[in-house]
This record gives sequence, C-alpha cells and structure tokens, in this order.
Amino acid sequence: MQRKSPHSSMRLRKLAYNYPDSTGHFGPYGGIYVAETLMGALDELRVAYEHYSVDPEFKAELAYELKHYVGRPSPIYHARHWSKRLDGAQIYLKREDLNHTGAHKVNNTVGQALLAKRMGKPRVIAETGAGQHGVATATVAARYGMECVVYMGAEDIKRQATNVYRMKLLGATVVPVESGSKTLKDALNEAMRDWVTNIENTFYIIGTVAGPHPYPMMVRDFNSVVSQECMLQMPELAGRQPDAVIACVGGGSNAMGIFHSYIDVPGVQLIGVEAAGSGIASGQHAAAITAGKPGVLHGNRTYLLQDENGQIIETHSISAGLDYPGVGPEHAWLKDSGRAQYVAIEDSEALQAFHDLCHYEGIIPALESSHALAYAAKIAPTMGHDKVLLVNLSGRGDKDMATVARVSGIEL
Amino acid sequence: MSRIQTTFEKLKQRGCKALIPFVTAGDPNPQITVSLMHALAEVGADIIEVGVPFSDPMADGPTIQRSSERALKHGVTLHDVLDMVAEFRTKDERTPVVLMGYGNPIEAMGWERFATRCAQTGVDGVLTVDFPPEESHEAFGHLHRHGVDPIFLLAPTTSDARIEQVAKLARGYVYYVSLKGVTGAGHLDLSAIAQKIPHIRQHIGLPIGVGFGIRDAETALAVSKLCDGVVIGSRIVQEIESSNEESVISNVARLVKELRLAINYT
Repeated sequence: MQRKSPHSSMRLRKLAYNYPDSTGHFGPYGGIYVAETLMGALDELRVAYEHYSVDPEFKAELAYELKHYVGRPSPIYHARHWSKRLDGAQIYLKREDLNHTGAHKVNNTVGQALLAKRMGKPRVIAETGAGQHGVATATVAARYGMECVVYMGAEDIKRQATNVYRMKLLGATVVPVESGSKTLKDALNEAMRDWVTNIENTFYIIGTVAGPHPYPMMVRDFNSVVSQECMLQMPELAGRQPDAVIACVGGGSNAMGIFHSYIDVPGVQLIGVEAAGSGIASGQHAAAITAGKPGVLHGNRTYLLQDENGQIIETHSISAGLDYPGVGPEHAWLKDSGRAQYVAIEDSEALQAFHDLCHYEGIIPALESSHALAYAAKIAPTMGHDKVLLVNLSGRGDKDMATVARVSGIEL
Repeated sequence: MSRIQTTFEKLKQRGCKALIPFVTAGDPNPQITVSLMHALAEVGADIIEVGVPFSDPMADGPTIQRSSERALKHGVTLHDVLDMVAEFRTKDERTPVVLMGYGNPIEAMGWERFATRCAQTGVDGVLTVDFPPEESHEAFGHLHRHGVDPIFLLAPTTSDARIEQVAKLARGYVYYVSLKGVTGAGHLDLSAIAQKIPHIRQHIGLPIGVGFGIRDAETALAVSKLCDGVVIGSRIVQEIESSNEESVISNVARLVKELRLAINYT
C-alpha cells in the first residue's frame, strides 16, 4: 500500500520506529518503576550503555564473541518436509537452538557481561525460571572470569535439576528462592534485592525484555542481531522477506529479537505466541497480553496477569520459560499500536508441534519455541504454497526431555 | 494544616522527634489491625505507617514479605485496608495514618477513586515504594487534589537533581532510607546519615524521617538525634511474627513504648 504512494519514502521516514523515548517509555508502557534505592544504579547503567552501545571497540568485541564463542550467524532452515505435510505456507526456522548453550539467551548475556566488565563490576547476578538464562549467565561469567550468583525459585529447582547442575559446573552459585510462589517472578524479586544491597560491585543481568529502563531496550538490542541476520538471510534463501514472523512470548526477548528489524518493514506481519497452558478459559495459563490488563510490576508498566485487586497471580505453562505473569513493555506497545498481533497456544498444541518437528525434520525444539511452531502449523494450511512464515526456533529441547517424557507417561 | 504537618509542628514545639511504627494491614490477621493501631497510638506513636500487602514486595526484605504473605492469605485487599483506617478514625482523629506499599493495587483501583477514598477514610499520606517522582506526576496529582500527602523515599544514592524533583511533589515528610539494601537489613551507618541529612535539608523544607535498619532503643536514639523522626518496620513485624495472637498487641506495645522512651531523651 505504501509502495504506491508518491510520498512513500517520506512517510516511511516519519513512520521509522524509534522506541523507547529517552525515559524508557514505549507509548504508555515501560518506564522506571523502582524504589529510590535502585535509581542511582539504573542511571549508571543507562549512561554506560548509551556510551558503549555506540563505542566501536565494544561493538567489535561483541561481534567477535558472537561469531567465535556463540557461533553466529545462526542459519535459517527451510523446513520443507514439515511444510509439505502441512500443505500450505513454507515454514523457515531461525536456528537459535544452534547457538552455544542452546538458545537465544546467550546473545544478551554476552552483551551484558561485556558491559559489566567495562563498568568494573566483578560480580554478576541473574534470575532464572527454567534455568536457560541462568546457564547462559553462568557461561559468560566463566568465560570472562566473573563471580556469578543465580536466583532460582525452589519449585523450579526441583523441576530443572539438570540445568541447576549445569550452572554449578560452570562455577555459579545457585540460590533457591523460597518466597512467594517460588518461581521466576520471585527469583526476579530476590535478584533485585541482591542488586540493591550490593550495588557497588554487582551487575544484574536481566534475561528478558522486561524490568526498568534501560533493560527492555538493552536486552532487545542485544537480541536484535537475530532479525538483522534474518533480513539478509531470507532474501538469499527464500528470495524475499517473510509474510509473517512468528515467535513465542514469555517475557518476550526472543520475539523482540526477531521482530525488531522487521518493525519498519511494511507487509511483514509480526505474531507473538503466548502460553495458553490448559486453555485461557481454565485460568491456568501465562498469556499476559491475551488475558491480562496493564499494571506495574518489576520496574515497568505493561500487561500483567493480576486479580481485580492488583495482586499478581500465579501462571501455568508446560514450558517453564513462558511461565511469567508479565510481558516486556515493548510487546504491550506493539500490541496496542497494532503493529504486532498476539495469540495463545495451549500446552497440548505445543506438544503436538514439538513431536511433529522431531518427527518430520529431525529437530528437537524447546517447549517454549514449540508454541511458535504450533501457531505456524495452525495457519500454514490456510495459506498459499507461495507464502512464507519465519519462525524463531529460539532454543533446543534437550532440557525438556524429562517434561515431555512425563506428560507422555514414560519413565526415563 | 494537614494532620501530618500539625503533628510535626507540635513535636517541634516540644523538642521531640516523631516515632513512626510500621505494621502490615492484616498481619497476623485482619481482625487485629485496628486494635493494634490504637495500641500503637496509645504508647506514643506519632504517625502510623500501614503496609498495604502486595504479592511482589520487591524493595522489602524477607520479614516484611512474609507479613504481606500472611495478610494475603486472609485475602486482605486495598479496599479492606481503607476500611480499617475508617474504623480506626472513628476513635482516633489525631494520629496521622500513612499507607505504604506498591503501586499496582492502587492502579487496579484507579488513582482518582483511591485518592477520594483516602480523603473519606482519613488516610493522611501515601508512600508507593515503586513510583519514583519521574513516573508519579499524574498519579500524585490526584492525591494533591484530595489533600493527601505523597510521601517519597530518598536514598544515600539520590542525586541533588532528583532531590529537587522530589521536593516539588512531596508533602508531609520525606523518608530517608538509611542504608543500601532492602528493609530489615543490618549495618546502619550513622556517620553517613549525619552527612546526608543536612544536605537534604538544603533542598527540602519538609521534616525528614529515617528508616531501614533501626532495630532497638539504642539505634532509634542515635538516629533520632540526626533527623525529625524514626521509622521502625521490620523489627515490629518480627515481634508480630514471634508472638501468638493473644500476646501480639501487648508485645508490640511494649516494644514501641521502649523505643518511645528511648528517643524522648534526645
């Protein structure tokens, strides 16, 4: 539509996406909602990030690490066999599962660790749900010789014993969090408390595009290498950009990563897939945009799952990585502005996609990514064979073996 | 003149410092809170801070988080807390009450409705821990219009520019957080407080309360010499936690009375 307009280039410039604003707002969302005790540290971080994000030396080191340590660029793979079975749109997979540590999370932890190093912080802390971000943080802490403490809900520690052991192997201290619901949100609360107490020597590596400014912007920027690569890879491989980009959304870091460069590209639909758990109607889900309403938690204004009194409610998803009651503020804005659409996929649908990808493509996807795959499988048959879907395969499924076996009634 | 202002004026005339205890509404149960507030006023609390329970109290330590959890188990809502203040006001017109908590329960109620209810029930001040001045102009405009004082935190790390910002919005008193960390932490640094308070006074004319890390008569006395009031939270909540339901009021009253006597010597 815009291409036909004689003023298209001017209109495009005007439309150029430029969020957040200088105070960290994406429209009404985002911002800095923290206690006074953290304001100084956030200010220090913002200034450092503003400086180093355009520093040629920093950018060169980050690029080197992403190439040689993480293994970037990750390939895009045309899932021909599965697409044929679905008999519709062609599905392409961005293979973030092939990164070192097996997920997109490391793109961000490498970036933040390099920043921590430059800021002279010898100690890094992180929160983790399934353990993926904890492992990615422990990994870079080992790589750069930093002390690492990871906060993890006591419930999650029980569910993710292998990842706990991985973190310990990498030299991290894993602290069980016994407060609240003993899951990701409580781990985040606890990490914030550590940070506020140890501000001088500690850098808090947040794992998703949430938290107070500058975190949502910074985590998005470090992950946007994913869409920068896709912009070059898709024309090479598919002859054009995709009709839609699909990614799962918990906090939303892998989705922001693969959406970001496409926001200004007209004609590319952006679709975020939330976890519908046992179904939205059941109340047992983690779909903050689909079923939540705006509020303030963990330093930012965004969509939240909360009761009518503003208390945050517990979430449910087969995938621990999507089990979070909020969502990054930029997603809230992309939803309200209409630039992205958000849908929800139930546990059973995600599991079906998990098995299908194993079966038809020989790829074991993470249960998180399986939500995005499931939505692609849902819409592909309704589209022509010439249509192109790009799915972020944000992580590999090795960590989910025990969960999948259990729900399949198999004892390992 | 607001109830908070009147209170500080009177204290000043008598050369006294304010004693500001904190209890979480509904801890250990919702039936006890109003009686507990009366008991606090009786033994010499000048202002009572009432915690509004929240599921994710990020800036609080484990002690106050547990008190929030106990209250939430009883289903205590912001509406209930406001009703408790209204009930307290039927017998106490004098003691200022400040609600302290996190922004989201207020967001869920709506700021205008909340401010209206505060004015109706007799809430004098509101401290939302996670709403710094940058994000508070609209929200606290509602409070200003209804004559409810927004209370702000200041930290050792707060810059002069931000103290100025707080000065524009704050009413009643400001609350200086005496240490880095969360509520209930240890290591109180008196010399740092002694340095920072005069500095804050250059920017803000309001009385300054100091809290976080005050645990006993000795620390209360030492801190009270440096400021206009001392806030005691975690220590009181610990007392509630370690008491049974029959003894909780008398135990808390005994503790607060000790603190009252201690700071009277300033």
